[in-house]
Amino acid sequence: MSNNFLRRVDLIFDQDCNLKDILKSTYQRANDDIINELLESGLKGRGGAGFPTALKWKFTSEQADPDKYIVCNADEGEPGTFKDREILFKVPQKVFGGMAICAKVINAKEGFLYLRGEYRFLLPELEKQLDAFHKVINEIGVNFKIKIIMGSGAYICGEESALFESMEGDRGEPRNKPPYPTVSGFRKKPTVINNVETLVYSFMIFRYGARKFKELGTADSRGSKVFSISGDTPKPGIYELELGMSVEQFVDEFGDGDTKAVQVGGASGFCVPRKKFKDTIIGFEGVPTGGSMMLFNSSRSMYNVLKNYLEFFEEESCGQCTPCRVGCQQLKLGIEAVKKGERHAAYLEQLQKLAQTMKITAKCGLGQSVANSFFSIVENFKEEMIY
Amino acid sequence: MTETKELVKKLADKHGRVRESLIPILQGVVQEERYISSEAMTEIARELDISAAKVYGTATFYSFLDTQPRGKYVIRVCRTISCAMKGKNLIIQELEDILKIKIGETTQNRKFSLLETNCLGWCHKGPAMLVNDEAYTELTPEKVREIINEYMIK
Repeated sequence: MSNNFLRRVDLIFDQDCNLKDILKSTYQRANDDIINELLESGLKGRGGAGFPTALKWKFTSEQADPDKYIVCNADEGEPGTFKDREILFKVPQKVFGGMAICAKVINAKEGFLYLRGEYRFLLPELEKQLDAFHKVINEIGVNFKIKIIMGSGAYICGEESALFESMEGDRGEPRNKPPYPTVSGFRKKPTVINNVETLVYSFMIFRYGARKFKELGTADSRGSKVFSISGDTPKPGIYELELGMSVEQFVDEFGDGDTKAVQVGGASGFCVPRKKFKDTIIGFEGVPTGGSMMLFNSSRSMYNVLKNYLEFFEEESCGQCTPCRVGCQQLKLGIEAVKKGERHAAYLEQLQKLAQTMKITAKCGLGQSVANSFFSIVENFKEEMIY
Repeated sequence: MTETKELVKKLADKHGRVRESLIPILQGVVQEERYISSEAMTEIARELDISAAKVYGTATFYSFLDTQPRGKYVIRVCRTISCAMKGKNLIIQELEDILKIKIGETTQNRKFSLLETNCLGWCHKGPAMLVNDEAYTELTPEKVREIINEYMIK
């Protein structure tokens, strides 16, 4: 655990690994043994929600249905997030490797990688890499095939059940939960759906062993994580860092000396103002994140930032449930009215109530998480909302 | 048989006549015809034996499945915050100047369409845009002019 410094780690990008050997040795192990190793590592899903990966695999493995699937969610679309693109570009074989290990555990014959439409330029190389992967799988006598499915430009399809709807040829509208994908996912069959980064880490855990992974991070946030850093920073880009750092440590390393706020977790995440940098941990004990870190310096208007987020949500809401469809529009109209002086500043409180209602009543994570950025920006930068 | 009819049939042969093939077929139509016409939607409905309303409902949901005519090259400029902070407005202004169209429009010769889009995943290298599937990053007005000039002579 590092509380005094921010540690760069390299577990996934430049490390060579022999796909064939790792798959061969993992395939020789009992499924319980594999799940236990993953459980021991403490790996939580790297898409943002943070569900323990081993449990997701375990629950799916316990389903009696003979048809099960592993789906890799490569539909990252959160503003500020671009880590999966880098992973798919640099180490796709490790992603496929993670899918193959999961396939063994849950007994799946088919896997799918759902790639966002904006990343279609990755497709030719990914197909090539996939051919090479299938050859390796064949050589070790494993019956498992991966197919790539292209998205068509819809942020909501990153939501797991909306992604299944899209794979099945429908509008990407989230389903009611439960049932969860472990019971009823793609084609209503038990499905493990993991984020790209989660699958890479799963694979690397079987190269290094759980212990090495577990040694990194904190009790609530084990291991390392890929961060995508943008905004007012002299060092924008992709970095793999140990979990458990404070926002202050992060800003010391990546800020431009004038950072007034850090948006942790993208548009649906939390805005941390300067006065809270020191006491806020980046991780599940503080502000959770799928990896997006946006820095804003004092030249930026947080009103404009919030308005841009709300425009994003307004457009990307699937429109299925009223709290999200109407709520996103009203929040945007509301802050505009306050800014123009058409509404009194006290109206912001009513808008916060609306955001709270969305958090409770929206059908899926999109509508529920709008409140995160809304609250944290309005609370901490109220004066910028008014004048 | 019209060209659209033939195309839809060919795509249905390739992807199969099941509901799961709907989006790949729609994507195929966009690739060939630049947009999904109502004729294409009706044909797809017939081939997959689903209602045209279902096809319409799915097609209009996704921002890359264009349902109005687009140019040969569709330019999508990222409007999300990181790109906005790095000057995407200047990029759009430059594109509007060069192409003599506004956001949402298509040039008269049907060569270019200009659109704004949500997060392209190049937040560290903004401003960014896609021309069809090709990504261009760290744009400046000069760079944009060079890129578009190359497409003009294609």
